[in-house]
Amino acid sequence: MAEQDWKQQKRPFAAVSTLPLLWTLLFFLLPMGFVWFYSFGRNAGLTEIDIVGTLDNYKRATEWLYLGIFLKSLAVAALVTLICLIVGFPVAMAITFVSEKWRPWLLLGIMLPFWTNLLIRTYALMIVLGQQGYANQGLEALWSGASWLKTLIGLQPLSTWEPAPLLYNNFAVVLGLVYVHLPFMVLPLYSALDRLDKSLIEASLDLGAGHFRTLMKIIVPLAAPGIIAGVMITLIPALGAYLTPDLMGGTDSQMIANVIERQFKRANDWPFGAALSFLLIYAMFILIAMQGLRKKPGGDAR
Amino acid sequence: MAFFKRTAHAPLEYSKSLWMRGWVALVMLFLYIPLFVLMAFSFNDSKRNVVWRGFTTKYYGIAWENAQLWDAMMNSLTIAFFATIFSLIIGSMAAVMLWRFRFPFKSAVDGTMSLPIIVPEICLGVAFLVFFSWIGWPSGLVWPINLGAIIIAHITFCFPFVTMVVRARLASFNREQEEAAKDLGASEWQAFRDVLVPHIKPALVSGALLAFTLSLDDFVITFFTSTPGTDTFPVLVYSLVKRGVTPDVNAASTILILLTVLLTAVALKLQGAKALADTH
Repeated sequence: MAEQDWKQQKRPFAAVSTLPLLWTLLFFLLPMGFVWFYSFGRNAGLTEIDIVGTLDNYKRATEWLYLGIFLKSLAVAALVTLICLIVGFPVAMAITFVSEKWRPWLLLGIMLPFWTNLLIRTYALMIVLGQQGYANQGLEALWSGASWLKTLIGLQPLSTWEPAPLLYNNFAVVLGLVYVHLPFMVLPLYSALDRLDKSLIEASLDLGAGHFRTLMKIIVPLAAPGIIAGVMITLIPALGAYLTPDLMGGTDSQMIANVIERQFKRANDWPFGAALSFLLIYAMFILIAMQGLRKKPGGDAR
Repeated sequence: MAFFKRTAHAPLEYSKSLWMRGWVALVMLFLYIPLFVLMAFSFNDSKRNVVWRGFTTKYYGIAWENAQLWDAMMNSLTIAFFATIFSLIIGSMAAVMLWRFRFPFKSAVDGTMSLPIIVPEICLGVAFLVFFSWIGWPSGLVWPINLGAIIIAHITFCFPFVTMVVRARLASFNREQEEAAKDLGASEWQAFRDVLVPHIKPALVSGALLAFTLSLDDFVITFFTSTPGTDTFPVLVYSLVKRGVTPDVNAASTILILLTVLLTAVALKLQGAKALADTH
């Protein structure tokens, strides 16, 4: 049905539009605008900032040190997204093709972590990964098992077990981000796979294509909008992740969000932090524009 | 075990293949083992989280007595409550506006209103830090007014999600019903209240659940807008993880996890699993 012109219905329009428009202007655009202006400013004194229209902050942000952190964040986010896709796709397939009786339970299994507090989840993972945590105990058991097997066939036993450093390094950051973002990937994938016309898969199998070929030629292209949605929904928060690298990373695993935080808290260099923030936002826009290019008109990818 | 029993299956029954079941089982273990370990350790009779020293429920008592924990919980719930109410109102208004009317710069307005979903949390967080320090937001007000800054920030990133959910539901609304109500003498407001609102009610429920969870879950934006005395539960857990966690936090976390399970169960009862998955 056609939309109504606001001029013919001024009062109802004013009733529903005033609050959202005002709120967006006052509590979203204005704060973002401040940051944008600050990014062209310079520290003058401890708390004062002069907006002098300088590009120095952006120049400094594109120095190799910060560019490197930017690229590293992008690489980490891309790796996390790839792992989530590889791990999550079979799960989404399983949910799609499982019997009606089991499906709600599998969905619940994926959704519960999604609704559980992020900080609790991160902290729980940290308990398991710690020096004496269960992950290390499990690895130690495997190690001593392997050692015992070697003595069984008359070889030297393995050297004594050293606890593997599973926390406070880059590995922990990637694992933590996968742990947090996996449900984000599975749900849109399932949404797309569920809408897929199953008879097309049957036709492909009947006509002689193997399961793998059917997957690559039929299922993946048809589920493409869901795959892209899942990728974006994982990639964007992973790129701006603050908590996981802060809590689980080591000294060398900080990502761009941690650098931004430092400028606003300890380093107290707001203009530089503002410039970094806006570079991150521009990076998001580029990612979304790239997705927009691929999306067919009228396609609905949430 | 029946779960791993190999039976003949039709080509489309992928979920019956052994490796698929194993894969799903592994993913579920990966997702749930940390949570179960955390819950188990809340009953551990030890000050540290590393070795099992016997069963006790005393940390639940200690958590119950912990004023800091209670304050943080109350702050979190109060913020989530107000953020949800306001997000519902503003979010559904925006949805109706974008669905019903044609107005100048509509696509720009539409895009801007969904920006808070896309803009990284850290950027929104620093924006609020800059904004509230620039307008000189007073600190040290009485509770719960001192939570105002955080509530404002939470509304800003929650209401676009409500808009998204409500708008999806509005698409299936038959405008003729509204016309009929008006032909039969209903005023604009009555038609809105008695015809449109009942139609979007399921979306309002799932929008409210989404906003509540997002607000309760948020750490980064709260971290940048909190002043002394406004620590929320995630901010408290964060500072404890940095300094060393006491076991009563495990107990509180366990209770929060169980509450989440309960809320999810309620949501499922109200919405059905499929509909809930579609809102994300």
